[in-house]
Amino acid sequence: MRIAVIVFPGSNCDRDVHHVLTDVLGVEADLVWHADGSLSGYDGVILPGGFSYGDYLRAGVIAAFSPIMREVRRMAEEGKPVLGICNGFQILVESGLLPGALMRNTGLKFVCKWVNLRVENNETLFTRRYSRGQVLQMPIAHNEGRYYIDPEGLKELKEHNQIVFRYTEPDGTPSERSNPNGSLEAIAGVCNRRGNVLGLMPHPERASEAVLSPSGSTDGLEVFRSMLDLGG
Amino acid sequence: MPTFKVNVVIENKPTIRDPEGEVIMRDLMVKNGYTQIKGVRAAKLLKIVVEASNSEEAKRLVSKMCDELRIYNPVVSVCSIEVLGA
Repeated sequence: MRIAVIVFPGSNCDRDVHHVLTDVLGVEADLVWHADGSLSGYDGVILPGGFSYGDYLRAGVIAAFSPIMREVRRMAEEGKPVLGICNGFQILVESGLLPGALMRNTGLKFVCKWVNLRVENNETLFTRRYSRGQVLQMPIAHNEGRYYIDPEGLKELKEHNQIVFRYTEPDGTPSERSNPNGSLEAIAGVCNRRGNVLGLMPHPERASEAVLSPSGSTDGLEVFRSMLDLGG
Repeated sequence: MPTFKVNVVIENKPTIRDPEGEVIMRDLMVKNGYTQIKGVRAAKLLKIVVEASNSEEAKRLVSKMCDELRIYNPVVSVCSIEVLGA
């Protein structure tokens, strides 16, 4: 199993993701510069968080036109796991690999805090090690995380079980207070129909080592373990 | 070939809330006495200079580019294009 972590100009979570993959989980992973054409030989790809191209015009839109995205699209079509975290999620929606859009937070502020997430779908390549309804703790850090999709799109998302994570209270109930950015139906992460492309605003790589979490949470690690299909 | 100035305005679709516009109206304008203000929508303006043989061609080119390069996000935004002249 060999994973590519794409580096765009302005990515800043690339090394964190790489560290979790190689140092915490012991799998092979490379940082791949976005202008270096090929992803052949990789079994999965991660678009990390950050501020690609300074969020100019709209978060993720310029990176979505980067040459590497043709390869990312190919891997998605082949059914390989494609994970977008935060800015990576924004890039996936801008490139059309995931439905919907990510808009500026309703509070108009950059929000950086730990949140509770409920697992809505545990049948994706990234969530199969969770149980449905399980509540996870992960941090968010973004200014454009307000998920939006039109009513028909929302209906389709639900029909195909594409809502993967929702922001909730610690006991798993949704509330106005627990929705940090005004996302429609508190959506924090969605997948494609096939379940091999996932985007989420929270940062699983920042919730993968107990020492880095105020509550000792390593809930994020299972996203990577699921993706890598690691046993144990 | 002549050049044309083209303004592209990108804003949220009317059905989608615009918190920035709401705050500007409520907390700046209305709270400070401009109670006549009944609506504000914040938008992004791109001032483009384009080479084209005439203004219709300039508009066509910019319009095609805006669609092709996702200058606006069709899921949530509308974009209006105005050619200001050479």
